[in-house]
Amino acid sequence: MTSTSHTNKRTMSPASGHRKAGARDSGSGSVSITQLVLGGLFGVIFGFLLQKGGVAKYHVLIGALLLEDFTVMKVMLTAIIVGGAGIFGLHALGLVELSIKPTRYAANSIGGLLFGIGFGLLGYCPGTGAAALGQGNWDVIGGIFGLMVGSYLFAEFSGTFDRTINKWGDRGKLTLPELLGMKRATFLVIWLPGLILVLVAMHRLTVR
Amino acid sequence: MNARALVAAVLAVLGPRLVSADQLGTDPLAYAGPAWSPYLVGTLIGLLTMLTFYFSRKPLGASTAYARLAGMVGSLVAPKHTGALPYFQEKRPEVEWGVMLLLGVTAGAFLAAWQGGELTGEWLPPMWAARFGEATVVLRVVAAVAGGIFMAFGARLAGGCTSGHGISGTLQLSVGSWIAVFCFFGGGIATARLLFR
Repeated sequence: MTSTSHTNKRTMSPASGHRKAGARDSGSGSVSITQLVLGGLFGVIFGFLLQKGGVAKYHVLIGALLLEDFTVMKVMLTAIIVGGAGIFGLHALGLVELSIKPTRYAANSIGGLLFGIGFGLLGYCPGTGAAALGQGNWDVIGGIFGLMVGSYLFAEFSGTFDRTINKWGDRGKLTLPELLGMKRATFLVIWLPGLILVLVAMHRLTVR
Repeated sequence: MNARALVAAVLAVLGPRLVSADQLGTDPLAYAGPAWSPYLVGTLIGLLTMLTFYFSRKPLGASTAYARLAGMVGSLVAPKHTGALPYFQEKRPEVEWGVMLLLGVTAGAFLAAWQGGELTGEWLPPMWAARFGEATVVLRVVAAVAGGIFMAFGARLAGGCTSGHGISGTLQLSVGSWIAVFCFFGGGIATARLLFR
């Protein structure tokens, strides 16, 4: 499967916009056997890491929201630093395409706050909830049911939101360097060490 | 004898464990922390995102898979209505990469907990029981279902969750992802304070 993936990379220029390759992110997603297996494999690794990182535990997640346990923030910040350096490095080598979500000020903030209320009530988020299930925290079962109900409910309204909230403050695929009018490389040279400093400060100032 | 042993084993895993919740109280740091260093885990998750981008051309994300699963149930119960919804025409209710990823997360977490002796088998998190009492399973279910509904609705509106925005989006410097993450924590901090402090 590795060789197939490489072949796809070589025969398709990143910007060519072909949509037929199974790996391409189209609306219908990736359904080739190779990608199904890879998805499952990456999921097993992700879930293993989430559990070992303690972020499938209710008290660790609620502790994060109470600003008393910083495990979640440390995991996320480290992943952002390593993944950020890695993805932009691979991108500079022409090996990966970026996949940047659109910036919509109203939808990002209103949706984000609703998500946060749900986060506090449930105590798990969608990824860590799936990990909590694997760990045996059966209280997440109600949450998984709720996540499916909420998703379907949203689908009922999605057309309305496309005509309203999604248009308010829609800035497209805006990134921090673009917002500040900086070159991406220049921004990263300041940004990545800055995040490392935040992480070091967090390590020194927090108990866990 | 085999049947009884099986039942006992199932009960041992599934049965509520109501031990020592009151002793530990509502201090999250009184409970067991992570098995591995958060910096190690964060580094490995960062490396994992490189693999998913390279081999699958996809960022890590979890929430859309719940929508696809909901669409699959909807397709069974109300196929015409579900098929007519624009959202499910774009995100088709099918088992694809993201759904496999989500199923894999549950399997991987099981392996990690089993390997590390951290399988819980709890109907109530001990910290919840310490705050609200041992006999609050119904209240917990209501909170979990309501929380899940808010969370999924919010994730869809915001365009992602703690993985899709919180890790994959922020690391690519998306302004919207950073806004979303601060709002995730803003809403979560307010709600957790109301519940626990």
